[in-house]
Amino acid sequence: MWRLFTRVCPRARGSEAFAGLRELSLKTSPELKVCIIGSGPAGFYTAQHLLKYHKSAVVDIYEKLPVPFGLVRFGVAPDHPEVKNVINAFTQTAHHDRCSFYGNVTIGKDISIEELKQAYHALILTYGAEANRTLGIPGENLLGVYSAKMFVGWYNGLPENRNLNPELSSETAIILGHGNVALDIARILLSPIDSLRKTDIAAHALETIAASKVKRVLLVGRRGPLQVAFTIKELREMINLPDTCPLLNPSDFEGLKQIVKDLPRPRKRLTELMLKAALEKPSGEEAERRATASKEWGLQFLRSPLEVIPSNDGKRVAGIRLSVNKLEGLGESAKFVQTEDVEDVECGLMLSSIGYKSHPIDPSVPFDQQQGIIPNNLGRVLHAPGLYCSGWVKRGPTGVIVTTMHDGFETAESVLEDARLRVLDVSASKGGYQIMEALLKQRGVHPVSFSGWERIDNVEVANGEKAGKPREKLLDVQEMIEVANQ
Amino acid sequence: MAAASARRGFRGVLRLTASHWAPGAGTRPGQRRGERLLDPGPVRTPTSGRTLHSGPNPHQCENTSQETEDSTDVVNVTFIDRSGRRIPVKGKVGDNALYLAHENGIDLEGACEASLACSTCHVYVNEEHFDKLPEAVEREEDMLDMAPVLQLNSRLGCQIILTKELEGMELTLPKITRNFYVDGHVPKPH
Repeated sequence: MWRLFTRVCPRARGSEAFAGLRELSLKTSPELKVCIIGSGPAGFYTAQHLLKYHKSAVVDIYEKLPVPFGLVRFGVAPDHPEVKNVINAFTQTAHHDRCSFYGNVTIGKDISIEELKQAYHALILTYGAEANRTLGIPGENLLGVYSAKMFVGWYNGLPENRNLNPELSSETAIILGHGNVALDIARILLSPIDSLRKTDIAAHALETIAASKVKRVLLVGRRGPLQVAFTIKELREMINLPDTCPLLNPSDFEGLKQIVKDLPRPRKRLTELMLKAALEKPSGEEAERRATASKEWGLQFLRSPLEVIPSNDGKRVAGIRLSVNKLEGLGESAKFVQTEDVEDVECGLMLSSIGYKSHPIDPSVPFDQQQGIIPNNLGRVLHAPGLYCSGWVKRGPTGVIVTTMHDGFETAESVLEDARLRVLDVSASKGGYQIMEALLKQRGVHPVSFSGWERIDNVEVANGEKAGKPREKLLDVQEMIEVANQ
Repeated sequence: MAAASARRGFRGVLRLTASHWAPGAGTRPGQRRGERLLDPGPVRTPTSGRTLHSGPNPHQCENTSQETEDSTDVVNVTFIDRSGRRIPVKGKVGDNALYLAHENGIDLEGACEASLACSTCHVYVNEEHFDKLPEAVEREEDMLDMAPVLQLNSRLGCQIILTKELEGMELTLPKITRNFYVDGHVPKPH
């Protein structure tokens, strides 16, 4: 029936002969069974592209948590709901009749990579970066010192961080790092509590932050204003945050006005905004707002952490000792050099926001410890035919949705090309999930399907409605599984 | 994409009779994105109480026309996709370029659904029509800063609303090259 329509209705004018040929060859090719490990943006965008351009690809997405979407659910700040709209696109992909979601399955524990290789033509590793870079300084493990990853997980309802119980009883918090995650945390710590009440922030975090005494947040970075990693939207939000006053030291920005005009546009606009906040004397409403603000936040440059200064009883953080740095070189690749000088700053809360890190998943999958990524070329894992990767585990843990989107498409293209050129041998059919199902059953593992997630979703939204929130996230994995299997 | 062109042809037949999207119709597996966006129905988008954007209202015409008997409303636009293929489409005054792209099966993503929170709908506007567009609001400029391969004629597709003045406009989807950074830039560790 559809083929009749294809003959009768002309294709879009100007269609590429090559694209036509490619689609033809893939239409008549045998089934391509693909498994994707990790259900964040990388996994879903790679799946979306594969399903669209291969007419018989079957894509199974495995996820260790009962719930999908990775950092879109657990990383994006609660007060950035528009960024989470992408979940609708991912949901549409999951609903595709050749796509399946299997949550609550941990690859490397419940199922091995080797077993997946037997069952699928291609494996795509999209499991991201679940660890964080460490400072490597004395006192890093004292009470009151947390990695940004743990703190963000705590306020975003990541099950493993629900018992973090951070103490927000001191006035000054120090965040090490000048990226968007650092700004997110500063903003969540200093936002008027009423605006947080309407978000999907985890209930326990809302309660703790409501009782917080934190009034001053300092973001400390080891290089200068031209090397900050955060972006303009987040900086603007911070500058405009109600009831707060920015603390920017004009001397940090000496000589920058002259350089700014020659910078590439994104860096130029960002630096201009910082200069304005640091050097321009506000007037009228803005001056009024700053004068009456009860909280403050600041950027400190050219400082590296040397050690955490403990409290008298030796158990908690009381301050931080910082080295004073100078810069060598210019622009993005300028390097910091520690001088002899040090500076001590008092604080009762310290968060290190210096980057995420990936872990190797299995000895059989190549991993570059130094770079913290799976060595690959355009998403094809080196020296490992049939293995691919996309997202942070492929490129490193930076970038926003658009970067991961293009990256996912790039890896999918590599898979499609390999299928087309018979680099992937699809002549032998593979068992796919049927084989996994039997193994999981034997091992007492109960996968959560996408409709299982939708049951969890409905419960979260219903619970949120009672509290005037978009959702109230379930925090316990067991509870998630129970709801999913109802 | 045989199925997609078949659907286009089928809808061409329906166009002659009255047709409309039933709100809340939901999505079916394999349904194209444009159709999903036209009836947000069961989609829950939490509101934050802040104004998300101060640019043109992206929802003012989510519904690109199903049938346009009145040709004075028609605006012809050409999309140039990532492989360089030219795809002429007929929009109408008030249409949002992002949704127009979806309606016509063009691979333009809109991750944040036109709320100025991403740059996935980044397009290049041809010189002749670029100046006819109203200036971008600050929020759009901020998001454009994140777009890869930014050019002087870059805009976000979700902020382009068709007017008669934009007749003949060409919107090019940026080529994302294989090594992603087209200028050979490699981020330097420090």
